[in-house]
Amino acid sequence: MSADASTYYERRGIMGALGRDGLLQIILVANTIIMLAPIVIMVFSAFKTTPQIFQSPFGIPDFTQLANFAKIWSETNFLRYLLNSFFVTGTSMVLILTLGTMAAYAIGRYQFTGASFILMFFLAGLTLPLKLAIIPLFMLMRDLSILNNQLSLIFVYTAMGLPTTVFIMTGFIRTLPNELEDAARMDGASEARIMWSIMLPLVRPAMVIAAIQNVVPIWNDFFFPLVFIQNDDLKTLPQGLTTFMGEYTTDWGVLFAGLTLSAAPIIVIYILLSKQFIAGMTSGAIK
Amino acid sequence: MPQLRMTGRGLWITVLIVPPLAFVALFIVYPIFSAFAYAFFDWQGLRRGDFIGMENFHAVLFVEPYRSWTLNAFKNNVVVFFALMVLQNGLGFLLAYALWRELPGARFHRIAVFLPVVLSTIIVAYLFKLFLHPLFGVVNISLRGLGLGELAQPWLGQSNTALWSLIVAQAWHMVGFPTLVFLAGMQRIPGEILDAVRMETESEWVKITKIVWPLVAPSATIVFTLLFVGAFNWFELPYIMAGLDGSPFGSTDVLGLYFYRTAFGNVSSGQQNFGLGSALAVLIFIFIALVATVITVRLRAREIQL
Repeated sequence: MSADASTYYERRGIMGALGRDGLLQIILVANTIIMLAPIVIMVFSAFKTTPQIFQSPFGIPDFTQLANFAKIWSETNFLRYLLNSFFVTGTSMVLILTLGTMAAYAIGRYQFTGASFILMFFLAGLTLPLKLAIIPLFMLMRDLSILNNQLSLIFVYTAMGLPTTVFIMTGFIRTLPNELEDAARMDGASEARIMWSIMLPLVRPAMVIAAIQNVVPIWNDFFFPLVFIQNDDLKTLPQGLTTFMGEYTTDWGVLFAGLTLSAAPIIVIYILLSKQFIAGMTSGAIK
Repeated sequence: MPQLRMTGRGLWITVLIVPPLAFVALFIVYPIFSAFAYAFFDWQGLRRGDFIGMENFHAVLFVEPYRSWTLNAFKNNVVVFFALMVLQNGLGFLLAYALWRELPGARFHRIAVFLPVVLSTIIVAYLFKLFLHPLFGVVNISLRGLGLGELAQPWLGQSNTALWSLIVAQAWHMVGFPTLVFLAGMQRIPGEILDAVRMETESEWVKITKIVWPLVAPSATIVFTLLFVGAFNWFELPYIMAGLDGSPFGSTDVLGLYFYRTAFGNVSSGQQNFGLGSALAVLIFIFIALVATVITVRLRAREIQL
């Protein structure tokens, strides 16, 4: 086996010439160029006029030329979409983390009948593709009179975020030691006080993971606003982008500036917190 | 006194657990069960009509034109799934392997490969739609600039290239995800095993196929299953790049678009049909659940416990 393998290795020409690390390095560099080029072209184009984009798509622009952004600022509803996205995402995240921690704390810290059943109930929500239930969800929102109201989005996002949050937080809360809690209980602290002052400060790392895992899909979601929201003033950023792209079809400078503005918040936060982002977004897939 | 304390704690647990349970019950479990019930009724717009048994299911599977639409969309989903298996998961594994060696710049490459993953699909879809524009898109401009003008074509406008253009855009968007899941799997392989292998063989190929690949099996199980569910739920990217009708000529039509169009109607045929839409949703749901279970069970069986 080992002899076979080594002759096989010697026969490999490219490997021999470059060394395997050389070849792997070339693959990585090529891939990084492919990953970054579209984003760089997008940002460059945002500072160009439409004729400049057509003539030299790769050219480095004059970064002081902000006409495209000025147009977006003064002529479109873009800022409104951005604020709506902040509001919907922020409110959903507060609800997800509050409710998720409550459930996880109850399941993870207390023994009571039905605890494992309730955990299973939350986990079932993890695997169900909710898009396919959009018709009943639409009817439900209509019956609750919150169609064309951002509450419909906030409620769906909260429900969708809870399974992963409960899953991550329960696992973490279970690992916390009992001693602190028992000591406080001996001193006569109430259950609520133990949770708030003693345990909650300890679960912050798990909260960060749960928050990142949920914040990206919610911020980026397009499907639920498409079905629930009609009023232009209520649209979130991805949905508003479709309105905007439809209005400026021929003004490519403005189109790229709009895409750049939409991508900017999440790219900046990602670059600052890339480690946490990668850990958070892959945490569901890595045990 | 102890009695009182117990009921107090019972009440406290109830207070903690009921609100989150209510959210999941009302906005996830109830709609999913309702979706099944809806499929057995005749719907007139938003009004539920008579119970009609399996008629909606029969219509989407066996009555024209629905039958051909269903088959065409399903066929496209299958193509998308297998193509992304290679372009997204296959490439992801290769990139993970390269990153795992911690060559100079590995940290930067890792951040770069995951960057598109955090972007909204809507941004990615519009970006590629502009890049692939027949006259002004950067792809065709570059081809003409390189003297390969004959290769410049309306990528999204012809049946034989449209779906593949969407697949490439999707792979660009998401390749970072399997890459980093595989990388995490590789980083968990114990050093002793790798040292032992290094003594045994010099061949990179043997090392990958006989050692690394089997040992990252848990990562493979997860990314394969997630890709399967994602591929058969595909909606946003084709919706933006190809439109709700899966143009041109249904060549990019997938089950997600077809379901949405049937349920909520579209510009060309404003007719919305919740009955047929629900039947489609139930069929897609059962198909995804069954196959995802089979994939997970089959792949779990080959995982090795270290």
